[in-house]
Amino acid sequence: MVSTEKPGPAVASTPVVEERGSFRADITPRGIPRAVREYIARVRGGDPGALPSVLGLLVLGIIFAATTTDFLSKTNIANLLAQASFISLIALGLVFVLLLGEIDLSAGTTGGMCAAFAARSLVSNDLHKAVGNVVFFALLVFMLVTIVLGVLSRSYVGPGIIAIGIILMLTGAQQDNQWLAFLFAISIGVAVGTLSGVLVARLGIPSFIVTLALFLAWEGVQLYALNNQSISTTNYNYWFGLTHNNMATWAGWLLFALLAGGYLAVTLVRSLLRGRDGLSHDTLLLVLIRAGVVVVLGGLITWFLNQNRGSGLIAIAGVPWAASLPIIIMVIWTLALSKTTWGRHLYAIGGNAEAARRAGIKVDRTKINAFQICSGMAALGGLFLADFSGGATTGLGQGDILLFSVAAAVIGGTSLFGGRGRPRDGIIGALVIAMIPNALHLHNQQEQANEVITGLVLLIAASVDAISRRRARTAR
Amino acid sequence: MSEPILKITGLNKSFGAIQVLHNVDFAVYPGEVTALVGDNGAGKSTLVKCIAGINSIDSGELLWEGRPVRIQSPNAASALGIQFVYQDLALSDNLDITANMFLGRELTWGPFTLEGRMERMAREKLTELSVRTVSSVRQVVNSLSGGQRQTVAIAKAVLFDTSKVVFLDEPTAALGVAQTRQVLDLVRRLADNGLGVVLISHNMNDVMEVADRIDALYLGRLAAEVRKTDTTHAQVVELITSGRSGDIGLSAATAAQSA
Ligand SMILES: Nc1ncnc2c1ncn2[C@@H]1O[C@H](COP(=O)(O)OP(=O)(O)OP(=O)(O)O)[C@@H](O)[C@H]1O
Ligand SMILES: [Mg+2]
Repeated sequence: MVSTEKPGPAVASTPVVEERGSFRADITPRGIPRAVREYIARVRGGDPGALPSVLGLLVLGIIFAATTTDFLSKTNIANLLAQASFISLIALGLVFVLLLGEIDLSAGTTGGMCAAFAARSLVSNDLHKAVGNVVFFALLVFMLVTIVLGVLSRSYVGPGIIAIGIILMLTGAQQDNQWLAFLFAISIGVAVGTLSGVLVARLGIPSFIVTLALFLAWEGVQLYALNNQSISTTNYNYWFGLTHNNMATWAGWLLFALLAGGYLAVTLVRSLLRGRDGLSHDTLLLVLIRAGVVVVLGGLITWFLNQNRGSGLIAIAGVPWAASLPIIIMVIWTLALSKTTWGRHLYAIGGNAEAARRAGIKVDRTKINAFQICSGMAALGGLFLADFSGGATTGLGQGDILLFSVAAAVIGGTSLFGGRGRPRDGIIGALVIAMIPNALHLHNQQEQANEVITGLVLLIAASVDAISRRRARTAR
Repeated sequence: MSEPILKITGLNKSFGAIQVLHNVDFAVYPGEVTALVGDNGAGKSTLVKCIAGINSIDSGELLWEGRPVRIQSPNAASALGIQFVYQDLALSDNLDITANMFLGRELTWGPFTLEGRMERMAREKLTELSVRTVSSVRQVVNSLSGGQRQTVAIAKAVLFDTSKVVFLDEPTAALGVAQTRQVLDLVRRLADNGLGVVLISHNMNDVMEVADRIDALYLGRLAAEVRKTDTTHAQVVELITSGRSGDIGLSAATAAQSA
């Protein structure tokens, strides 16, 4: 509790107030001791951030490394990253919805359905003929309606993406280009998100109900799209590459240099500018230490993944796309959430929707945006998942995928109660979640054990979330 | 004596068949604290909501700086320079002081927020209001005491110099002695800085301490507007409970009829 009204020694009361208040922390630079103190205060005040998930990652990693022979092998780590990729992409999207205190239970089947339409387009080379009039025009009308719904709520980017999807459908361009097929899948995802967003934000139906209903609906549509038959996607080189191919080693190093260098540049410039403007800023030492940690960790990971992990004559090396793409997307979403008004408004709505409304924030539109992002990311995750599973199968995205993704976001530190969370939570959480089946597999354990353990991990994460929330409440 | 900046005459408001406000006259003066008092259900909050544009009015005239205006939405009120601090504060617990003060009207460069500029302005505003109890404008509101939160809510209302009138609905209701002190001092300073302040309160001690004028509502009618210097605690209480006191207030007939 940071209250200056706390009874202190009477004689010293004036100087104490002067020392504690007076914006002291705003005008002095922030060095290492203060950064550490503030961090501890934040964790104790109910915002553990990434701490539990990083600890979980370390503890599980150590246990698994000690009890299996292969866990830390280069091949297995690369495998682990592929397993984590689709969970992290779906979780990245879920973070936006969770930030509002809402949920999207349909994310898994949305991904499966969108991947199904993309696969059917590519395989059939004529989506219209393949799915028949009813399904084709139903999809077309659905997408048109969501454009109208979106525009009526003054959302324009989402409807723009959906419009691209419609153009693809009408021209058939997505049928012979994998990238356009991916875009098509994402545009269907955005249409799905627009629908659930409008139902939640405008009609006020609880998101739990809306997305539970849609969860079922998309499962059915997916079967229409596939005509009840799984479609293999392994023949499509780019699609196959999503979770199977690696970046060239030089490209991996370049990406590392861009991300680490970008981080250093941004934090350094920020510190210098704030210092110049007489604002609290991190000291040069703190900035350099933090950037140093990023450089060392990122460098080690890049180096590790750039080692040859092939067993035979063919060298397999490089950062898997399954790792780099989610990270690039995470960086973009992090900037959107932390540096823009839009991102701030999203947090504000999650913290106190009524306050946001009174402040003139377009609550409905922002909510719809969050659902659009969530479903669009679910579609992208569905594409990765399809590749990982060998194709757009009939049951793709059903089962535990959604639970795993929600668990990933929550384990990463995103609150189920809204208002707290970051994109990186989805990535760290997905690693924890993916580790469990991966290591159990090495232990030759059955699927049952995996589900029980993952379920328990989600419950633990939710408990940590609820306890920190209570701490935050009573800290006042 | 200065002219009122906001003047309301003959305001009537009904919800269905129930008339909640009868011919209410009410004025706000720059540099003065006007206390709006009245028993539960007297119509104080309804009057404020009518001015805020949250409730529509049936009849009556609003004069802003002498010009007739119609306020049909909360945005219209704030465009004129009228701000409201509602009793439930309307702060986002998960955001810091600066973010709360600028919520919905951030300083931006394209889509990006200008953190530094906003932090400096928030600090300057709080300093100007002599609020010095927070150590950082980047402190999350969640971690503030009740008095500090109330202070932030008020500072938020008067952040931009375009604010000329501010309505405070029971700002001290949930506060302890020391924190009430802080907020009352702040209320006084706002008026001393030239703002027109309307203070809604059930606490007569607070009212008698900071108000310049006291407007008593009695069952939807304005019983009386008195200057603080011309009245007593007991008289105000009487106006609140029976609508009249001695020869001021509603006529015996009106008071009896409305009751
Ligand atoms: N939306 C509404 N519909 C119907 N009646 C209402 C509505 N809002 C207020 N009222 C009625 O108007 C009367 C005045 O209410 P109001 O909230 O303005 O009182 P108040 O003076 O603010 O009381 P308090 O001190 O308890 O806050 C009450 O009888 C209340 O029941
Ligand atoms: Mg009231």
